[in-house]
Amino acid sequence: MSLWGILAVNSVTFGGLLFLLSAGFSLIFGLMRIPNLTHGSMFMLGGYVGSSLYLTYHLPFWLAALAAAAVVAAFGGVIERLLLRRLAGSTLAQVLVTLGISLIVADFCLMIWTGDPISVATPPALAGGTRAFGIFFTTYRIAVILVACVVSALLWALLDKTRLGAMIRAGVDDPQMARVVGIRVSRLFTIVFCLGAGLAGFGGIIGAPILSVYPGLDSDMLPLALVVVILGGAGSLLGSLLGSFIIGFVYNFGQALVPELAYFVLFLPMVLVLVLRPQGLFGRQAP
Amino acid sequence: MSARIPVLVLALAALAAVPWLVPGGYYISISSEILIYAVFALGLNVLVGYAGLVSLGHAGLFGVAAYATASALAAGFGHAGAILFALTATLAGTAVFAALALRATGIVFLMITLALGQILWGLAYRWISVTNGDNGVPVASRPAPLGFALDVPSHFYYATLAIFLLALVSCYVFIHSPFGAGLKGTRDQPRRMNALGYHVWLIRFYAFLFSGFLTGVAGILFVYYTEFISPQTLALTSSAEVLLMVISGGTGTLLGPIAGAALVVIVKNIASAYIERWNMLLGVIFVAIVVFMPEGLVPGSVRLAHWALKAIRPPASAGKAGAP
Repeated sequence: MSLWGILAVNSVTFGGLLFLLSAGFSLIFGLMRIPNLTHGSMFMLGGYVGSSLYLTYHLPFWLAALAAAAVVAAFGGVIERLLLRRLAGSTLAQVLVTLGISLIVADFCLMIWTGDPISVATPPALAGGTRAFGIFFTTYRIAVILVACVVSALLWALLDKTRLGAMIRAGVDDPQMARVVGIRVSRLFTIVFCLGAGLAGFGGIIGAPILSVYPGLDSDMLPLALVVVILGGAGSLLGSLLGSFIIGFVYNFGQALVPELAYFVLFLPMVLVLVLRPQGLFGRQAP
Repeated sequence: MSARIPVLVLALAALAAVPWLVPGGYYISISSEILIYAVFALGLNVLVGYAGLVSLGHAGLFGVAAYATASALAAGFGHAGAILFALTATLAGTAVFAALALRATGIVFLMITLALGQILWGLAYRWISVTNGDNGVPVASRPAPLGFALDVPSHFYYATLAIFLLALVSCYVFIHSPFGAGLKGTRDQPRRMNALGYHVWLIRFYAFLFSGFLTGVAGILFVYYTEFISPQTLALTSSAEVLLMVISGGTGTLLGPIAGAALVVIVKNIASAYIERWNMLLGVIFVAIVVFMPEGLVPGSVRLAHWALKAIRPPASAGKAGAP
């Protein structure tokens, strides 16, 4: 009983991390039609930068996390402005550039932080846990779930309640018409790309005490983000939220029950969705 | 047309003479590697170049073939049995891959193939009871068809060359067949093709199967070449390398992927002798190609060379051509 409980809590936590990762991916994909293959690298970079700030420079954990998110967001902004901006509309070129950057980032991280995994200790204030309903809840995991909830609420408010959000939604629906009515879609691109990269970086450092940071984290996380977006539908916040938790559960339970096939069970929800609803749970039919 | 035949004969003679031309076993092996990757790139090019579908999961299919061969050999199959098993397994895997990925086109197609490829990589990495995990599966021996022992590097080269030529000819026939024309039609005008009564999905599916078959052939050659297979072969980097071969040589041409394969394999081997950061270099090449030579490496280098020549000798060219 308690094993299932622990697994469920872990799944929800992992789902929260996946949401931080995939919300940005989904937004970038939905607005800009860019398959951002650097997204896993952003997650890993956030983990590395954040853990260095926290462990080496002794910043408070949450401050380090925010700073890491800011660094990664700035990096994303640079990539968008310098490279992706020139490649609008050319999918193959975007794929190649993002793939190239992800290879460079991976090798760069290997050079700076070496190949040894960095385990980040849980911040002292959140160490320990509480026992309720016969399950031991680790405080940190609860905090991650809360943070994911807060971020999703903020994102929802941003997209649904603000002027900027309305402009982004207009850009997702019909970029040409949005331009016609005077929305500077190219500036939206930069904002959304920074936001997406920052969220992924934030997820990387928030997830560091749970997953630790290691070379290959990027290529572990990228397919998860892809599967979440394929499940939930591109450009849909609700889709990535639901997709994240589905994948969080499937992945964690898969790892516990059939550890050798943990990656393979991810395949099942993907097959189901692709067969029954190829545009994703909350996606719209491609034009 | 008449000029083509002497060129073809010369090229064939050059390919056949490689074991005498290059200075040693190591270089013969590199030549075999180039041919293996050329078959792989030809396979991917069927999709990327002629169907307009960019797959980033082909290393997964390549790996299925390699693992199937190695596992069947380890289970006591003979070479013929193992190769047959591997081809069947790859085709079956390709069919599943294609059925899922072809639910979409464009970017989503790419994302699905990438996710599927990574799932296969995860399987190779974690399904330790079958794949032996990170330690990989060794292959004890190369086959000796008709007493022609492939353990000798030059023999292996000739066997690879024969298979490579078969693959090239089959690609040529495939592309120039009515089916190939139909495939190009689905790339350029899928809706018109549909309106004309072609089954666009089925055409793409068959093209995917053909691509997977060539990939499988390359995978089998590869596992015999290295006599070892590990999850690294299935990683995203491998898919990216093959895509680089296809794109750098020029998509949608028969010779482009071959030139690309030669280029990438040679650069990789030279680079890894001097620097340990091949992945970084690969990434830089990707970004550089897109930024400086969006039209492909071969036409792009020609354009850059012209530009550089002009820049080096401005007076001569400026004097002749006058002010632009």
